Amino acid sequence: MTIARALVDLPEAVEVRTVEGPHGRVLYEIKVDERDVGKIIGRQGRVINAIRTVAKARALRDGKKKITVELAE
Amino acid sequence: MRSVEKTGRTKEEAVRAALKELGVGLDEVKVEVLENENRSGFLGMFQVKQVRVRVSVVEDVGKVAARFLREILVGLGVAARVEILRRPDQIVLNVNGADLGVLIGRHGQTLDAIQFLVGLVANRGAEEKKRIVIDVQGYRRRHEESLRRLALRMAERVRHERKKAVLAPMNPADRRIIHLTLQGQKEVFTYSEGQEPFRRVVISPQEKAE
Repeated sequence: MTIARALVDLPEAVEVRTVEGPHGRVLYEIKVDERDVGKIIGRQGRVINAIRTVAKARALRDGKKKITVELAE
Repeated sequence: MRSVEKTGRTKEEAVRAALKELGVGLDEVKVEVLENENRSGFLGMFQVKQVRVRVSVVEDVGKVAARFLREILVGLGVAARVEILRRPDQIVLNVNGADLGVLIGRHGQTLDAIQFLVGLVANRGAEEKKRIVIDVQGYRRRHEESLRRLALRMAERVRHERKKAVLAPMNPADRRIIHLTLQGQKEVFTYSEGQEPFRRVVISPQEKAE
């Protein structure tokens, strides 16, 4: 999901890794520059939660069951 | 943000050179004067005035918002058109197409998330923040109308029974619609109570005590 790229100051540093698990599980692991971590999480996690919601909509469309969005350390 | 720095004998001259290079008009840029000095020239015999400016292209919030929204739509595999409506207090992006339920989600959850992200991206670095509203096939308008009807119905009941009514938890935008709808109504008062995300509107026959 390249949504992340538009939200940060250093888009070149953004990486998204997709890991497909069994039973239609998918994990998106977002990696951003450490200076952008705050931006991607947002106040009280609002930004990351909004990203999760949109990712879920995408999963629904693709027929995936469970989707997880996590920030890589 | 695209920007160039130019030097000229006058501010106008420098700005003109910058606009030419950027290929945009004066109404699309922000001009900062970096240096404005009178330098003594050769042996102090003549003065050379030099003005250095930075000219940056200011991107239109509505266009940035629409572009980002289209990217999200592509990412979601949704084929739809985005139309930009400019209102004095907000920019409305209307999404039209077939099979857009996926954009709305349960109780408009997905739509709210998309709207939040688009608002964030569009207003990034903008000097004047604009409220961005995204609507899908008139969903928000219909939702707003049903909230207004609910507000008026409940107000009528409160007036009749002289007892306060506590509505279901709502997000700030929905609560705002209820408050605004009943603002001018006689004999009823509204306020919110509780903590997010369970904050709810109370319609009361009296003003809030305490």
